[in-house]
Amino acid sequence: MTIELRNVSRWYGNVVAVNDITMSIGPGVTGLLGPNGAGKSTIMHMIAGFLPPSRGELTVAGERSWHNPDIYRSIGLVPERDSVYAFLTGEAFVTATAKLHQLADPAAAAARAIALLDMADAAGRKISTYSKGMRQRIKVAASLVHDPEILVLDEPFNGMDPRQRLHMMDLLDKLGSEGRTILFSSHILEEVERLSGTIQVVVAGRLAASGDFRAIRRLMTSRPHVFTVRSSDDRLLAGSMIGRPMVTAVELTGKGLQVRTSDYGAFCRDIAVLARDNGIRLREVLPTDESLESVFAYLVAD
Amino acid sequence: MSSVFGWFNPTVARITFRATVGRKRALLFALPAVILIVFTLLLRVSRPPSRPWPSHVLGTFGFSVLLPLTALIIGTSVLGAEIDDGSAIHLLATPVRRSAVILTKFSVATVLTMIFAAVPELIAALISGGGNLPTTFIGPKSGQGPVTVIQGAAISDSRFAIGLFVGALVGAVIYNAIFVMVSVATTRAIAVGLLYVLIWEVVLANFVSGARLLSVSHYALGIANGFVNDTALNAGLNVTTSVVMGAIVTVVALVLAVRLLSSFTLKGEPA
Repeated sequence: MTIELRNVSRWYGNVVAVNDITMSIGPGVTGLLGPNGAGKSTIMHMIAGFLPPSRGELTVAGERSWHNPDIYRSIGLVPERDSVYAFLTGEAFVTATAKLHQLADPAAAAARAIALLDMADAAGRKISTYSKGMRQRIKVAASLVHDPEILVLDEPFNGMDPRQRLHMMDLLDKLGSEGRTILFSSHILEEVERLSGTIQVVVAGRLAASGDFRAIRRLMTSRPHVFTVRSSDDRLLAGSMIGRPMVTAVELTGKGLQVRTSDYGAFCRDIAVLARDNGIRLREVLPTDESLESVFAYLVAD
Repeated sequence: MSSVFGWFNPTVARITFRATVGRKRALLFALPAVILIVFTLLLRVSRPPSRPWPSHVLGTFGFSVLLPLTALIIGTSVLGAEIDDGSAIHLLATPVRRSAVILTKFSVATVLTMIFAAVPELIAALISGGGNLPTTFIGPKSGQGPVTVIQGAAISDSRFAIGLFVGALVGAVIYNAIFVMVSVATTRAIAVGLLYVLIWEVVLANFVSGARLLSVSHYALGIANGFVNDTALNAGLNVTTSVVMGAIVTVVALVLAVRLLSSFTLKGEPA
């Protein structure tokens, strides 16, 4: 089952949130990545049937999702907002969802979904007592209760600790390898480094990159970085740094050195050694382009 | 047919009932009713039974203040509260028909409003003794001369109470259809509803006779007056008009609510 977007745009008044995006999301795990405000949520909402595209065509399993509640028989949705019926126990919430899906045996379906998310121990407690990670998992359990072919998760790793994150990634990988179509969104690339599959990168409403996750991640780590360096002797440091292979440019400015490097990790190790060998005291080593926007902008330019 | 295809979904009803009654707001439900009953008791104790005041308190105050305020609090929270906090998405991301969602929520709200407004109206009406004014004969002291007759109310005590009860039941249905619809239409449902009740139902409908044709409190009064037949109720509409207009308003509001919910959208990016 696939999710197809053909020339999909969405605007609010005269603000364009999503600009002419065409993509096809098939079985396996797909990450929708991009900085905040890039249009990820808008895309997720359109796919989930909670927002009509302004233009273009969007189908899920061959059907329009807008104004079509029957689509939820094949979609499971994990919304970003943390709100659940907190007065219910985890088990009651998942069982109620099973009943809303009109399943033949709601209790059994709920037990299966709860076990899949490793929530059996906490299922008897009220959701209001859950941690954020547990809430996230009970939401995923509810979204999986009807065994959907397509699972859409909006920022599922938000608020999770590293261990919960790994568990969730393993689960998504497992679900994807079973042939389900799994689409999740995230604004932090490093967050999803373990995940296999493909990614779609969205920047400023446009599709910036699309393809194998590992290849794109390599691009990310080997992109040029700019550092601001202040030291006891900027000119001497500049002279020794330009001799290193990973340094591509050095500029003397009033506020210190602007150093351009092709290798983030190697530069960070080298500069300390260089400073020590030349008897220079380092006052500040600051990466200047670490904002997500610049990371993604690099991908767009590539 | 199974529940998904029916108009009423028991799972939705159960969750709605627990969410609505479980909130702290639920304490507010009883407030207008308590005020009405206490007010009626005070009047009953302090004033001799005479016809106008029970009709004014239970009719005008009951139907254009107590009933709409209770319906407003309940009707806007059965679905509106879930939409506001975002939990409605868990309900809407299922194949349950939107018409079943609306009609189930509307039913729960109506039943709760009947309990918290129509039943108190009945109790207050019984306390007030409205309509229960016996015909009294004041004879001449000396055994000679004319007998003064003070005509009592034409209706019985229970008939007065039942009339107001039925009017309130019908009012609960119509008001909730409106407030459920408003709660889907806007996130400021309480403010919008409050303005509507205060400006339209309390002021305009009671002082501008033309506004009565579009006033829910007057539909309820018209129906109550069908039983009571009391000019002190100030019913501006007859029973037939009230029933027909009430049915039209209810159906239009519910159809609109279903359409609005079918086009429920999630708002853009998080801040």
